[in-house]
Amino acid sequence: MGEAFKHVKFKSLGDSAVMVQIGDSIDPTNCAILQNLLALLEDHPFDGFAEAVPAYTNITIYYHPYTVFRMTGNITSYDFVCQYVKQLMTKMTSNKQTTQRVVEIPVVYGGEYGPDLEYVAKRNGLTTEEVIQLHSANECLVYMLGFAPGFAFMGGMNEAIATSRKDTPRLAIPARSVGIAGKQTGIYPFETPGGWQIIGRTPLDLFLPKETPPSLLQAGDCIRFKPISDEEYKQLKETRS
Amino acid sequence: MTVTVLKPGLLTTIQDTGRFGSQKFGVIVSGAMDAYSLRIANILVGNVESEAALEVSLFGTVLQFNNDHLIALTGADLTATINGESAPLWRPFIAKKGDILKFKRAHKGCRAYVSFAGGIHVPTVMNSKSTYLKAGMGGFEGRALQKKDELNIGPYTKTNQELSQYAKNLDAPATWSVNYHELISLNQQQTIRVIHGTEWDCFTAESQLRLTNNQYTLSTEADRMGYRFEGPELSLIEKFELLSEAVTFGTVQIPPSGKPIILMADRQTTGGYPKMVQVITADLASLAQLQSGAKIQFKLVSLEEAQQALIAKEQNIKNIATAIRLSAKLSS
Repeated sequence: MGEAFKHVKFKSLGDSAVMVQIGDSIDPTNCAILQNLLALLEDHPFDGFAEAVPAYTNITIYYHPYTVFRMTGNITSYDFVCQYVKQLMTKMTSNKQTTQRVVEIPVVYGGEYGPDLEYVAKRNGLTTEEVIQLHSANECLVYMLGFAPGFAFMGGMNEAIATSRKDTPRLAIPARSVGIAGKQTGIYPFETPGGWQIIGRTPLDLFLPKETPPSLLQAGDCIRFKPISDEEYKQLKETRS
Repeated sequence: MTVTVLKPGLLTTIQDTGRFGSQKFGVIVSGAMDAYSLRIANILVGNVESEAALEVSLFGTVLQFNNDHLIALTGADLTATINGESAPLWRPFIAKKGDILKFKRAHKGCRAYVSFAGGIHVPTVMNSKSTYLKAGMGGFEGRALQKKDELNIGPYTKTNQELSQYAKNLDAPATWSVNYHELISLNQQQTIRVIHGTEWDCFTAESQLRLTNNQYTLSTEADRMGYRFEGPELSLIEKFELLSEAVTFGTVQIPPSGKPIILMADRQTTGGYPKMVQVITADLASLAQLQSGAKIQFKLVSLEEAQQALIAKEQNIKNIATAIRLSAKLSS
């Protein structure tokens, strides 16, 4: 440890949360450290710990200042939480082996499911087959969830298919649509308005309110997109409903 | 024991103290906008503080009781009446079978809470009964209340029973009511205390002064998700791209328009706009009582002051709970 956490910064997000900044760049090493810290916190919560939310370069730790105050006396609860996290981080090994979940996402590309597939191909001087190949060949890493329940911010998409958002957002993008926005790829959990270039759709539900955890994807997951046919899509959809 | 919705009003939803623990999956917290009033409403009828109640916005809601039931009304003064007579606020009372509770117009504040002894029976989804409108989840079938909805309430616990007995013996009009002035303000002109946000240093010195030296007016774009304000624009020293990261209740974001947005109970879990300041927890409930057109002045305080104010309000709630326990001679 030591060296890896030299640049850690603590900031307050209001009076009931601490943001622990561990770096500035989007990279898998930072993601692994944050997942590690999240697991440590959840295994060793302090009195007053509420929950923690990892992002690309930081993790936000929510706490109840009144509980911390009653347990620790007069020091400000912010200082207590920062100290606690620093202590916890000394237990971290920078090369700790965490088992990464691999999640396969079947996707039917193009046609009615992916109305922008041809545009993405044309824009990048590729054929639609090449776009599908490039999109499904790379493994993507889930850095964080946010924006909507079950929505994953992913990294690792092949930049050869990067395409900027539409100038005019669509009013409704169907749930489970797979899209591209700049260098990012993502899946819409719900029908929402949006400007992403839609290249396909998955039969899998992203938000699972009745299950634990309530999301198909979790930060730290490795994602593999698998091209499927229209028939396979319909079959998978049917077995799930 | 049931209550029937005769008119849903502008927006009436079931809310508790919020859905915590799933923000890392993108699940928003929701919960009461004015959590202090919700908690007091529950204390008044002998429920646990975090129990679900009805959050009534501005006006129009009409409910009918199908049994005698112990209830309490807190939060905004929305001119509540029982069978046309002024309803007691901030104290427990028995609504009788057939009674009609009506919220006529917003006299002071924006959101009132109706608690029922024994709570409201709706499924608990991810540790909470709060309604999450956008995902159609929690609360009453995941939506705002509609005409003819029937809510299951109760049954009483021993504490509910004792408070019900106590309320039956109370004089009408009230011999007492909770003094809420130390907890919340229903004024439409308020000073709202803030501490520095994570991107405070990225704003120009001029904007930093402008924020606290001017009044900001709550626009009509104000709902459970967020409040947009009108007023002098605030600008960054230089534009930059912020990565998405956690945001919370009371986060003051400055979008490219330069007009502040305060995130409220139904905020998303993460956001990408610079966070200039953050409303202190102790002032969130008062913020929840603002109507469009209300004027606020931001006042900077330190993190220590913010945490002290929070602790003082928690102790105030504890004192209220103790006073009620003593005067109603509760056994636990």
